[in-house]
Formats: sequence, structure tokens, C-alpha cells
Amino acid sequence: MTRSETPSPLPFRLPAGGLIDRSTEIRFSFDGRSYAGHPGDTLASALLANGVRLVGRSFKYHRPRGLLSAGPEEPNGLVELRAGARREPNTRATVAELYDGLEATSQNRWPSLRFDLMSLNQLAAPILSAGFYYKTFMWPAALWEKLYEPMIRRAAGLGRAAEAPDPDRYEKATAHCDVLVVGGGPAGLAAALAAARTGARVILADEDFRLGGRLLAEAQTIDGRPALEWAALAEAELEAAPEVRIFRRTTVFGAYDHGAYGAVERVNDHVATPPAYEPRQRLWRFVAERCVLAAGAIERPLVFPGNDRPGVMLAGAVRTYAHRYGVAAGREAVVFSTGDDALRTARELAAGGVTVAAWVDARREPPDALREAVQELGAPFYPDGAITAVHGRTSIQAVDIRTPLFQTTLECDLVAMSGGWSPTLHLTSHLGGRPVWDEALGAYRPGAPPPGMSVAGAAAGGMTLRECLATGGRLGLEAARAAGFEGTDAPPPVAWPESAAAATLWRGPTGKGKAFVDFQNDVTDADLELAEREGYRSVEHAKRYTTLGMATDQGKTSGVNAVGILAGLRGQGMAETGTTTFRPPYTPVSFGAMGGHHRGKEFRPTRRTAAHAWAAEQGASFVESGVWLRAEWFTRPGETDWMQSCAREVATVRGAVGICDVSTLGKIDIQGPDAAALLDRLYTGTFSTLPVGRARYGLMLREDGFVFDDGTTARLGAEHYLMTTTTANAGKVMQHIEFALQWLWPELDAQAVSVTEQWAQFAVAGPRSRELLARVVAEDVSNEAVPFMAALPVTLPGGVRGRLFRISFSGELAYEIGAPSSYGEALARALMEAGRDLGVAPYGLEALNVMRIEKGHVAGGELNGQTTARDLGLQKMVSTKKDFIGRVMAQRPALVAPDRPALVGWKSADPSVRVSAGAHFLDVGAAASMENDLGYVTAAAWSAHAGGWIGLGLMKHGPERIGETVRAWDAVRGRDTPVTLCAPCFYDPQGERLRG
Amino acid sequence: MRITCPHCGERGNEEFAYLGDATVRRPDDAGAARPGAPEFERWMDYVYLRDNPAGRHRELWQHVHGCRAWLVVTRDISTHAIFSVEDARAAALARPSLVARDAAS
Ligand SMILES: [Zn+2]
Repeated sequence: MTRSETPSPLPFRLPAGGLIDRSTEIRFSFDGRSYAGHPGDTLASALLANGVRLVGRSFKYHRPRGLLSAGPEEPNGLVELRAGARREPNTRATVAELYDGLEATSQNRWPSLRFDLMSLNQLAAPILSAGFYYKTFMWPAALWEKLYEPMIRRAAGLGRAAEAPDPDRYEKATAHCDVLVVGGGPAGLAAALAAARTGARVILADEDFRLGGRLLAEAQTIDGRPALEWAALAEAELEAAPEVRIFRRTTVFGAYDHGAYGAVERVNDHVATPPAYEPRQRLWRFVAERCVLAAGAIERPLVFPGNDRPGVMLAGAVRTYAHRYGVAAGREAVVFSTGDDALRTARELAAGGVTVAAWVDARREPPDALREAVQELGAPFYPDGAITAVHGRTSIQAVDIRTPLFQTTLECDLVAMSGGWSPTLHLTSHLGGRPVWDEALGAYRPGAPPPGMSVAGAAAGGMTLRECLATGGRLGLEAARAAGFEGTDAPPPVAWPESAAAATLWRGPTGKGKAFVDFQNDVTDADLELAEREGYRSVEHAKRYTTLGMATDQGKTSGVNAVGILAGLRGQGMAETGTTTFRPPYTPVSFGAMGGHHRGKEFRPTRRTAAHAWAAEQGASFVESGVWLRAEWFTRPGETDWMQSCAREVATVRGAVGICDVSTLGKIDIQGPDAAALLDRLYTGTFSTLPVGRARYGLMLREDGFVFDDGTTARLGAEHYLMTTTTANAGKVMQHIEFALQWLWPELDAQAVSVTEQWAQFAVAGPRSRELLARVVAEDVSNEAVPFMAALPVTLPGGVRGRLFRISFSGELAYEIGAPSSYGEALARALMEAGRDLGVAPYGLEALNVMRIEKGHVAGGELNGQTTARDLGLQKMVSTKKDFIGRVMAQRPALVAPDRPALVGWKSADPSVRVSAGAHFLDVGAAASMENDLGYVTAAAWSAHAGGWIGLGLMKHGPERIGETVRAWDAVRGRDTPVTLCAPCFYDPQGERLRG
Repeated sequence: MRITCPHCGERGNEEFAYLGDATVRRPDDAGAARPGAPEFERWMDYVYLRDNPAGRHRELWQHVHGCRAWLVVTRDISTHAIFSVEDARAAALARPSLVARDAAS
């Protein structure tokens, strides 16, 4: 940043005026060239001040384009802002606050903005008309992929996303208030003041970096002094009010149900790099009792040939550049208007020394007062006139003007056009409210806004400053009252009367050249004609067919003109032709803001078990399992492959003793007089008959009859059970139990609570597990004291109360031992220490999986939500003597059909050939087809015990075909392997080891 | 959406889980409901048949990230207007018994 006594004058900067800091010069670059601007500028105003008119190329025809507007509705001035990882495409230059070092690049041009080869598309215009996307390129099909699509995509690129991860941070937050005021112009300031004076909690949000709205952009007087002084006083009062929060640079982009509003605060978009610990953007949810929408209005372009040439601008924008930024958008201007409002623009230009070369009024009989005012400025006044041609390509040289009396060509370099103003009513229609046509206003007014929302000022169609101040103050007070606050009515501040009289003109006389309706998507009036001719009657259909309103600006400047043109083509009124509704967001919201902190490692919480640090020390490799991190295997020195580690761990359990952290299994504590009755209804088996001190395997169905979950449940007391669930379903089972207790059977006197995180639990498995436990547990752990399926409280080292369950997933003599979570890590270390001379080692999920497959226990691959108890060979666990969830639906004929795929074991005939889960069973010699498909492999493992690849599968008539050989056909991996079917248990089928 | 939990107060809908129709009632005659029997048809309706009215409806929600209570929310499905939120267990206890309903029909 440089301070200089006499900054070098910029070619189009007015000598005085504007809300910019002329004492400070800042530098920025556009397409690699360096320019100067001032704090208070936007990128757009600074480019205009430097005489840069050409800012982009249009989407379809690559026509040269300049700035149309000075606000968020801008369709042409889209740039890539910043560079490298911070590059952001499709940024509107009109709302990009200028900062020192800003880098911007134009889009949609190749190879350069001034010389764009793609503008040759204009010569192909006949094939790029309405619906071109849908019909022109449909034939021949082969050309579509190879030629048309790459060509269109290249030609149409609307900016490039950054190719490196965004280095900045984004946040999400919620704020509550009584009254949310959207918009900080005169209506919004008046509303916020009135609400704040009642003591209500007020949030005032405005997308601009400075409050004031239109007061920043034009010369107005309030209460006898310059309007900006009034705005400054209002801002100061609001700043001082304790219950008011002002959000600048904050766009309220969506209205949602029940008073929720989405907003994005651009905390640090106006600096090159956000300061440390600050986000670039913050996504807000505002929760408001009441909302006053004071979002203002958007000016409509006029549709005439050449209306897209750089230098044809909205009249309101022209005066904004002059008044707020001290920038002349040209040297000689022609005004083309349907209303009186543009007079302010003409006066602003004249005051800045810009020649007003003519006023072309589309009305046959414009007001005399207007004619006199224009003539006072020295400009010729042409009623009932139109611009019929614009000369020049990348800038304007002259325009053709036609009236019923004569025709002339006038030299100029700026056209300020005004087709009237449309209320910015987007938020009123986000919940389905349909805007209604108001013939007198010549615009759509808000229909039924969402509950709790009222609309003030220009957004409601009250276009004069007087109306803005009056409705803002009244609705702000009403909103506060509705939220429970008291206040007294006060007269609104005084503003001068002004004329907002305007007619509507949807299309001027046709002439030579294209007349654009949607600048961003290059849709012309002729495209709308074609759509109408081809039968697209509904406005929504015509919009989709022509793509009007479907670009990033969502038709802010084109939607109403399009309805008007379609109405004209049909000879209908606006109301009969249709309306146009809007969906969130009002302006684009970045993915960064939507994601907030939830990216990378913070995408979701990382959950570690109590003994995580111990497992890491033991060389664990962790994997996400459900919401948890679990050890897959533990690498020992010298092991180079996970299958080596896994095989060693299996051998340790089968030969000595191993320890596995099973804390992630869901644990639900169920107590109460009816706890037993509840479990009988949740499980297919009976738990009311389970003796205290014993555990039982349980199978749970969904009400539709399919298997939901399984686990071991122990009875710790007459009215006390401890249920375990699979890791994956822990949350769902808890919800299921709460549903049963609260909704299905509220009369049951039982309580359930999740204790998954309160207890750490370890499997201690292997022939020497009892020996190990005897060294850790104070009580007798002999086979007599702790028989198979026993469950009992025990005393751990240090007197800690733990729990011991004699259950086995591995098929070995095995236990699970539990301790309160805070002792989990100490227990793991104590078990390892006690088992050192026994050869103890930790084992992970892979070894667990190998052993459960060898033992034929079902798990995730088989409990897939599509299997029944019968499919899994568990029919004997299903009671026929009681009601339980899923009992009735499980009897459906299709669920008991004999050809349903059922659980079967298989073994590869050739130990050297791997078989993977997902392979399909086919008969030997059968073609791989849907008809011949017999089922598929659900689990596969290398088994040292079996000496080969083994696994489980679901196969039609599988259990009846044991001993036969079929094929495991794996198209993904290109394998076709013979496998022999067997019973789904490969290890100790009699269960002697686990009972020993 | 904002839902007013009778136990916790007004909260954002991200704290709640949606289940669906609260007007269906689980039959209690599982023993008699064999395929082909009329009781079985009633079970099929309970598991699979749902009204989807364009207007006021009673629905089950759960305050999963709050007090865990199941709730009966009476809501206009078209406008999302919420008319009442009841504790589901209290509403369930207030239901007539199935025996009484069968006798009346
Ligand atoms: Zn709650």
C-alpha cells in the first residue's frame, strides 16, 4: 500500500466525491496487468475507473461483455479471484471488495479476452439457439462423446475451480434473535431502529461491506440533511444498543422452516489471506422469531438489439458508480428508460461532467415534469422512442435511435438503461410463496411470505425513499411487538417526494443484431420465440428449454422480462402467463462454507477405545470400524505382510492365549421388573428363563422378519440384564429398544441405557486363557466356578470391580473380561504382564475374522439386512411360543421358500488359489449368467488349520449339496476357482475346546 | 425445521430422527397371524401400509441428540407447520387397549 500526496489520476475517476479513500492508493491486477484503486472500491468500480470496459466473454457465443450492474445481480462480470489454491471462480466483480494485491482473471475466453477464437460461435449461432443442447448434437451419437461435448465444455467453461486443497478455514455458527432484518438500506435501518428501541434482540444483516443500501448510491435528503448522515446516526445507535448485532458482508441466502435463515458472512474475503485463527467465511443459521425483509429491488435491463455491448449498463448502476465510487462509466451517455427513476442517473452524470447526449423514453407520453428536468440538463428528450442498434463491439461508438417521427444515429460510449425495478423478493418464495403480478407497479410483489416474515420498502414494491422509511419503521415495530416487546409508534423520518412512475416494455422494436434477455446464459428474445413456437407453454418449461435463468445469477435480471416476452407472444397478461419462484441460495455459497470444519480428519469424530494407546504401543494398525478405530493386526519385528501378522496371531490364540479389545461392541444395560419380558419380545429366543449368572446368544429381527442384529446377553440379576450388540448396530439397537419401550409397549416397567463407553472389554482366548485369568482375577475361575456361558462380577487388581463372561467367538476356551473404561488400559497391561510367560499376544480384527470363519459364526457379511434366521441356519433359535418383533413377517412364503440362498461353508480345492468375498457360485460348466447364479461368497480367509482358502457363503440349496464341487466365479478379479461345499464349521465342530 | 421437544424445548431438526406414521398400531395377535389368515393381513398393513396425506399428519420422531424421547409430532406435511409435539410414551399409554378396540369394531 502506498500513500502519495497526489495520486496519479485514473482516466474515468471523477475529480471529487464518492465513498472512497482517495488518500490511499492500492494496487490490484486483472488478467496480469496492474491497476490502481482506492479503499472503498469494488473490483468493478476500480476497473471502470481505469477505463477497463471489457471484463468477460459470454457463455455460448463468447460475445465481449462489460459490467451490467453494480450489485449481486451481475451476470457478466464474473472473474476468477485470487490464484493457486485460493482461486475462486465465478466471483462477481461488482461485489468483490478491492484490497491491496487483489488478483483477478477473466473467464470464458481463449486464448485471451480481447482476441477470443471461440467468438466464432456467433457464426454458428443458428445451431446454438434454444434447445441446442437437446437436439442439435443428438446425431450422430458417436460424435457426441468425441467432438461435441468436449468442444462445448471447453467453450463454455465458467471459470476453473482451484486444483489444490483450500488452505483457509471455514466455520459454522448459530445465532438467535427476536427480529432479523435482512438488508441495511433505508427500510432495513428504519426497521432495525424501531425494533431495537423496544429492547428486542435484533440481527441486522447486509451483504455489502457498508450499511446504507441505496443511500450510498444516490443523493438523498432525510430529515433535512444528507441521507448518509441519517444512516450514520442510525448505525451508531444500533452499534450502541446492547441487544443488536450488525452483520456486514453477510448475505442471508435462504429462508427455511420455522424462522430459520441461512446466511454466509464473508469474514475475510476482503483481504488476501485471513489472519491467523480467523475463518475466511462463516456459515450462519439465524433463528428468528420474526423477520423483516428489506432487500431492496433489482433494476431490469431493456431488451433491444445490441443491449449486451460493453457500455450498455443499468441506469441505477451508472449512478452508483458515479455517486458511491466517483467513477464515470463513460464520457457521453444516452439514457433509455421506461420510467422517471433514471432522472437521478442523468443528474448524477451531469454533475460529474458527463454529457447526457439524449433521453430516450419508451413511453408515448412521459410526464412533462420529467421532460423539463431532462431539458434543464441540456439533453434532447425523445418520447415514444427506442434504441434499435448499438454500434461497436468491445465498446460502444454510437446508437441508432428511432421514434415514430424520425431516426438518428448518435455518438456515445455509454447507454444507461432502465426497464423498471423488480422487488428483491427471493426469500419470500423459498418456502413456496408465489409472487403476484401487480399491474400498477409493473412488477411482481411478494405473495404470501413465510410465517413470521414481513416485507418492507422496495422489496415490497414501495419504491420511494418515503415508503422505505415508513414501512421499515412500522414493520420493525410490529415485528418486535409480535415477538413480545412493547414500543410506541413514531413518525417516520422526512424524505422529499419523488416519482417512481414507470411503464413496462418487455422488448423494444426488433432490429439488426441480437437482443439479450439472459446475459449470463446467452438467451435472446428470439430463443424465447422459438420455445413458444415449439410448444413450451409453461414458463418453467420455456425456461428449462432455453436455459434462461439457470446460470449462476439464477435469472435475477432476466426472469421478469422473460415472462413479459412470453406473455406478449401469447397475447396474454402477465398474471395468466405465470410467475417465477426462487429456491435458495439467493447468491452462490461456497462449498467451503457449507462444509465448515467437517473436512479431512475432522469430517467426523475419531473415537478411540480406552486401551488405544496400549494397542498403538503393541504395533497396531488401526482401521475405521463403524464409528470406532480398531486394531486390524499387530506387526511384530520382521513381519513384512499383514497376512504374516494375522497368521501368527491366530496361531497364538489356537496354541496359547491372545487378547483382543472388544470394547466397541454395543453394551446396553437393561433393568426393571419387566426387563425379562422386554428381552423376550426383542429376541427370537427366550431370555426370561435364563438363570442369573448366565449368558445366552440372542438373535434380533426387524419387524419385517429379516435378521437385524445378534449378540450375547447376560443376566446379572433377577431384574438386570446386560445386552451386547454388534459394533455397527450399537446405535440402531438402542433406538430400537427405546422405540419398543416408549411406543410399542409403554406399559413395560423397564429402563435401558447404553453403557458402551462406560465399559472396556477384552476377549482372552486360547487354551491358556484360564491360567492367565487366574493370575488377574481374585475369584476362583475354575471350570466348575466359571462354566461355559457363565457371567459374573469379579475383582480385578487394585480391588476394581469388573465383569467376567465365559463366551467364545474364536472356538477356543475363551472369556471376555470387562472393567470400567477408566481402568481399560490398565487392565490390558495387567493381562499382558500376567500372560508374558504363557506366550500371550494381542490380536486384531483380521485374526478375529479368520477364527470366526473357521468356527462358522455369522457376522457383517451374513448379517446384511437381507437374510432370515432360516437362511443363516439359526431357525432353531426362533421361538414359536411367544410374540417377538419380526415373528409374523418371517413366516411370509417368500421368506421360507426352499430355494432361498442359505448359509454354507466352502473350501478351495487348490490351496494356492485365492478366493474373495463377492465371488458368485456357479455350477461346473455353467455359463456366468443371472439364471445360473447360485449365490455368492460372503466371507473368505486363509486358514492354517484347514490348509487352504475357506469361507462362508449364501447359496441356493447349499446345505443340501454339501460335498459337491461348484465354482467361485469372480469377474472383478478375473478368477474362476473350483470350491468344495461343506458344513459352515471348520474347527472343533463338537465344541469340545470351548467347553474344556 | 424447529421442533419443540416437550422435555427440552425448541431445537433444530438436526437433533431429531424421523421414523414416520404414528397412526398405525402394532397388532398383538402374533400367534394367530399365519399367512392366509385375516390377522396376517392386518400385520401386513401394519408393517407396510402408510397413508401419505397432503396435509395434517401424526408422525413419530425421536430426540436422538437430546433426551432420547420418542415424540408424536402433528405436522402439516405440505407446509411443515407443526401443531403439537407430544411425548410418545404418554400418548401410547393413553391409547385404548387393543382388546377394547376389537370389541367395538
Ligand atoms: Zn428432548
